[in-house]
Amino acid sequence: MEYMILIHSDESDEMPSPGTPEFDAMMGEWAAYNQRLIDGGHWVAGASLQPTVTATVVRTQPGAASTITDGPFIESKEQLGGFYLVTADDLDQAIELAEGIPVPGASLEVRPVAFRPDAD
Amino acid sequence: MPGVAYRRSLVSPDPLTRLAREDSGRVLALLARRFGVGPAEEAVQDALAEAARVWPERGVPMNPPAWLMTVAKRKAIDRLRREASARRRTRDAAFDSQVAGSDTADAADAWAVDDGDGDTMTVDEQHISDDQLRLMLLCCHPALDRDTQVALTLRLVGGLTTPEIAAAFLVAEATLAQRIVRAKRKIRDAGIPLSIPADLDGRLDSLLSVLYLVFNEGYLSRGGASDGAAVRVDLADEAIRLTALVAALVPDHAETDGLLALELFHRARSHTRLDDAGDLVLLERQDRSQWDGAVIRDGNAVLARALRRMQPGPYQLQAVIASHHANARAAADTDWPAITVLYAQLVAMTGSPVIRLNHAISVAMADGPLAGLALLNDIGGLDSYHLLHATRGELLARAGDIAGARAEFERALRFTDNPAERRHLERRRLDPTV
Repeated sequence: MEYMILIHSDESDEMPSPGTPEFDAMMGEWAAYNQRLIDGGHWVAGASLQPTVTATVVRTQPGAASTITDGPFIESKEQLGGFYLVTADDLDQAIELAEGIPVPGASLEVRPVAFRPDAD
Repeated sequence: MPGVAYRRSLVSPDPLTRLAREDSGRVLALLARRFGVGPAEEAVQDALAEAARVWPERGVPMNPPAWLMTVAKRKAIDRLRREASARRRTRDAAFDSQVAGSDTADAADAWAVDDGDGDTMTVDEQHISDDQLRLMLLCCHPALDRDTQVALTLRLVGGLTTPEIAAAFLVAEATLAQRIVRAKRKIRDAGIPLSIPADLDGRLDSLLSVLYLVFNEGYLSRGGASDGAAVRVDLADEAIRLTALVAALVPDHAETDGLLALELFHRARSHTRLDDAGDLVLLERQDRSQWDGAVIRDGNAVLARALRRMQPGPYQLQAVIASHHANARAAADTDWPAITVLYAQLVAMTGSPVIRLNHAISVAMADGPLAGLALLNDIGGLDSYHLLHATRGELLARAGDIAGARAEFERALRFTDNPAERRHLERRRLDPTV
């Protein structure tokens, strides 16, 4: 089964600056996690997103022009910061994979994929 | 199955109800392994519906559980054949073609299941137990909300019907039916597995709290027999039965026995909780000769079994407290100082405000009302809990502050709809003297 893991966390949390040893350590953790997904045959896709200040919201309506505004979609303390698309045997395995994501404090939504056009 | 014989106050249910409650869960569990929870549940329900139609004409079969297994299995297979979608596992296809010839209900091989190796084997007790445990644990998966966990456990494991569950919880039947449909859909679509979880202890905690919730719902029975509804399933007895089942399936888990003992001690007293008018009778006034001595002895045995495992926990602590009451011949014999120590441990273990309240009450019983009142003032989070105010009322009355007591009973009335509780509080408010 395929699952999407949506990573929501507080953007205002302290992040190490690029070039610092803490930054390298953090990137190392992410690289290791990604490799674990690949090695385990779970990796389908994944990406981190630019912060919500860069977001734009397009609201469409049938028969009318769409409205375009400065984002994000919902104002909330925790924002969508990245995602993974994984293959897992069942929900419990997907949850286990989600728990391994090296983000200090996050709300991870784990939702099964209904249909992916580019799936094998 | 090892376990505790508990006393039913109700007349034995009819054979079909007994089959649903005592055997359908096991059959469902076995079929779920092969066909998935949703299809297994439908097959069992269809088979029970067939029994309801056919048994009155043809009579009750010699071996009802075997009958159910055979008929439900056949219906599950028929359903698979009807569905056009591809099988996920070739093993199912092999099972399918091998079973095609064995349609006759033969009591001897009714528990036989083909495991894909080519020979038919009889499922032994251990396999049934593992499947049943997996099903119980599935019902309490954290991806399902608490109301759904309760409904699913009673339905899939307890074998209660949707109308029975809805009536017992005073919920509309349509609401409950929808809840179960959504749950089965989520189990299928999100891939909630039938398996022993890595965190078995955590899942067992959930299962036990579901069962305790069911027990309390039955024990405190909001409407009571006089509410005009058709005879409601005794949820307290159902909870005891299912807790005993968990204890049998997971024998080395002390807290399960702790919960079972706690439920039994409460159950032993349930006849004396309300008087003939349906009014509350406080513990110290209950007629102890009416307490069920046999159930108390069962509780004692189960508690002893739990404590021997040296795995302390909150249910066991509550059970020890309950055993103090249950085994005291008269209210005056109650060892309140010992109980305050136990409650203090429970407070340390759980931090629960309700337990702090109970601790305060026990301190009042041991050291006088003023000591209890002092503790009450330190409890946060219970301002809308009627028992906090009622307790304060009782202690103020015992300390001689009648006006203060009256105000507290007044306050308590704002926070409960339960008719028996309200009548009790009204009486106390009118005359707070002890």
